Amino acid sequence: MDDASSSFEITINGTKRHFNVEPWVTLLDLLRERAGLTGTKKGCDHGQCGACTVLVDGQRVNSCLMLAVMQDGKEVTTIEGLAAGNELHPLQRGFIQHDAFQCGYCTPGQICSALGLIREGKADSVDSIREFMSGNLCRCGAYSNIVAAIEQARGQL
Amino acid sequence: MISLPHFPEHLQKLGPHTGKPLDRVDGLAKVTGKALYAAEHHRPGLLYGVVVSSSVARARIRSFDTADALAEAGVVQVFTHQNRPKLASRSKKWRDQDTPKGSPFRPLEDDRVLFSGQPLALVVATSFEAARHAAALVRIEFDEIEQPETRLLERLGQGKAPGRAKGGFTPPPGPHGHPQQALKSAFARVNADYLVSAEHHNPMEPHAATVFYEEDGSLTVYSKTQGPVGEQAFLSAVLGLKKDRVRVLAPFVGGAFGSGLRPQYHLVLAAMAALELKRSVRVVLSRQQMFTFGHRPYTWQHVALGAERDGKLVSLVHEAVAETSKFESYVENVVTWSARLYPCPNYSLNHRVVPLDVYTPLDMRAPGAVTGLFAIESAMDELAHELGMDPLQLRLVNYGEKDGLTGHPYSSKELRACYQQAAGRFGWEQRWSEPRGRREGSKLVGWGMATGVWDAMQVPASARARLHLDGRLEVASATTDIGTGTYTVMTQIAADVMGLSLESVEFKLGDTSLPEAPLQGGSFTVASVGSAIKAACDGLRDQLFKLAQKMPNSPFYARSQAEVEFRDGRLGLPGHPEAALSYAQILRQQGVSVLEEEVKVLPNLLKQRGYSLATHSAVFAEVQVDEELGTIEVTRMVTAVAAGRILNPKTSRNQLLGGMVWGISSALHEKSELDLELGRFINHNLAEYHIPVQADIRHLEVVFVEEQDEIVNPLGIKGLGEIGVIGVAAAIANAVFHATGRRVRHLPIRLDDLL
Ligand code: FES
Ligand code: FES
Repeated sequence: MDDASSSFEITINGTKRHFNVEPWVTLLDLLRERAGLTGTKKGCDHGQCGACTVLVDGQRVNSCLMLAVMQDGKEVTTIEGLAAGNELHPLQRGFIQHDAFQCGYCTPGQICSALGLIREGKADSVDSIREFMSGNLCRCGAYSNIVAAIEQARGQL
Repeated sequence: MISLPHFPEHLQKLGPHTGKPLDRVDGLAKVTGKALYAAEHHRPGLLYGVVVSSSVARARIRSFDTADALAEAGVVQVFTHQNRPKLASRSKKWRDQDTPKGSPFRPLEDDRVLFSGQPLALVVATSFEAARHAAALVRIEFDEIEQPETRLLERLGQGKAPGRAKGGFTPPPGPHGHPQQALKSAFARVNADYLVSAEHHNPMEPHAATVFYEEDGSLTVYSKTQGPVGEQAFLSAVLGLKKDRVRVLAPFVGGAFGSGLRPQYHLVLAAMAALELKRSVRVVLSRQQMFTFGHRPYTWQHVALGAERDGKLVSLVHEAVAETSKFESYVENVVTWSARLYPCPNYSLNHRVVPLDVYTPLDMRAPGAVTGLFAIESAMDELAHELGMDPLQLRLVNYGEKDGLTGHPYSSKELRACYQQAAGRFGWEQRWSEPRGRREGSKLVGWGMATGVWDAMQVPASARARLHLDGRLEVASATTDIGTGTYTVMTQIAADVMGLSLESVEFKLGDTSLPEAPLQGGSFTVASVGSAIKAACDGLRDQLFKLAQKMPNSPFYARSQAEVEFRDGRLGLPGHPEAALSYAQILRQQGVSVLEEEVKVLPNLLKQRGYSLATHSAVFAEVQVDEELGTIEVTRMVTAVAAGRILNPKTSRNQLLGGMVWGISSALHEKSELDLELGRFINHNLAEYHIPVQADIRHLEVVFVEEQDEIVNPLGIKGLGEIGVIGVAAAIANAVFHATGRRVRHLPIRLDDLL
């Protein structure tokens, strides 16, 4: 398998990192198992739950559906990269204040997805938030609080 | 502004922190990605295990061909029943804290296949990718492939009484009075069958175990579990290790809903592989494999109700027949709720199980009650319609001041207030009686209501409290926080009992090196572990006070403990601010570096004797049904809950909202589809197994009803994990009837039911 490995660079949360992995390694598994960034979650590995949502060049994507090698030269932002030092991102603050989670397993994906949503300009109404956050499942059912958290944070960005 | 439910604050306080809508203390870890779940602990050299699942439900394994798998680079071993290391051979050793009657499933036991998806091999490799690929290369030949028995509805007559088969199960009593006769002579009757689908828990975090092999050969296990203590005992029995050679940790659990009550097969496989290979091993189940162990059982029910002209029940018949596996006899309380809720002179209750070629069902959020309350609360709605009565009025006519089964009074029961407050918030008095009576555009609008009930339980639990010289309080118990808020409310309790700030209290959980705690289930964690924490802190107060009395010229010398106060980290006398001493001062002066108290608290059975202990709720739902498309939307729902003292209205409200989402899910979305020929759950992924998404959830409202209870436990807490989901499906089904005039007696209700 070593022969098949390819080498590439991804900027993750502002830091350029070099990898040498097989082409079938997904971005999600790369983050979790090789980059030590387990904040991004695996809920299904099939693009069906949104737990693995990260931002690639500013756009929200399901990282379980992306091959790592194809991110060569791109910028990836994960949940670990949102806070500025000890200063939480407004979405992170909003999620805490509105108790927008229970178990917390869908949370990093929800927050990254919400950031993408706000940048897409689709967080302007409750209906729009509900519709365009529907790719992120929350089995704990914290949906109402997630909407409230996004509504609060959208004005602070 | 954060909207909080109405909340009777004065009743809820132990001190400044309890009863307040505080943010979760573990929130920061969860929003920054720092909270580590079972599959996220790492050590160099970690191996990855991938399970090979059976494609058939009933067969014998003739042979394995693992040559190709083993030839893959990075593959270390392929374990099958033929080469696995020795595991406990006696069935008794495989019992856990939630085992029903029977013989627990043992992975890689022998050549028999008992259900589709059974783990038949474990491939272990140096990377996840290599293990996954090699798992696809393992070839298995079968003999004696047989048609699995899967048809519950064809075997209803073959149901067996399960006996007293499982902890928490109360076998329904024999018939009371003359239910059949009373039914015949009743003024109005309902006679109907109901079906509840199988469901799988599907927490967002797949089940996983990371097993670190320590230098001394002991195991450190990060597990997705609702009971580390139970898993430690289970693993040590199965692997033949002394208990102190296995430490189980679960600091964060990505949801469980019952799926973590029993140790699942991946845990055994990971630990077995680690011991054998003397390496650390992680096994994570795929989402597909999350459908290969316990589920809410597919259950058929029959309900017959007879009533007088005024709605008073004269006869109540409630029977259930549920599936179980061929190897264990799973049971849950389905039918007893009806007779408890609605006292009736003539009743007959029955619960039977039918063994099928499926995995053993498993407690799933509000086990039994979700199923039973759907039937009885639908039937009550049908009866109200028969009688031309308001459904809420029918509930009030049959309101049970006492438990209808035992005749015991309730330690507290504010269900009437739940009905009133939820109905008020919902606007129920505006309800129109005729089905199909209101339209909005192309949509029919309907309103429905139902009742919820769940046991308020307390079980034995231990906790430890340690006060340090720097004023820090460390509290600990080996319980878990599966998203319920355990970290937060335990911190609140300890801070208030000790008179400390939240910041100076640290609560540790999820580790078998801490004092023993029960499984986290049945809504009894806060009542049980919370009581233990209160007792441990009370013990610390006693110790502190005694130490303070011994100090030279102690201002407390001639005082009793009732006269002093523990506030802001100081022991003081009200009205004498000069006398106050900080805890740290007392410890330092007396030369004590740590003050420690560890206690085990049991429920006060003497006090509880003769009472029925239960949580109640009233649910009101509005649906809109598109007449042409059959689509159903729950446009708003109000739940009022009487659950004793509410420690944190913010986390509590969240729990109940989650329960309501679960109720909407079982009403309209969730169903594990069993292929009757193959015996396999075929929609085993999150695209085909539907749960509500963000767009499915509209206006949900929670009301906490004041309820004081000094009998249930010292904290007056009843628990909230289950009550939010119970009754919701019936309220929605009743609303669908009110909207459309169609009575759907199975769950989930889907658009094809209404076309
Ligand atoms: S893990 Fe990527 S969408 Fe579920
Ligand atoms: S918080 Fe548990 S899945 Fe969303």
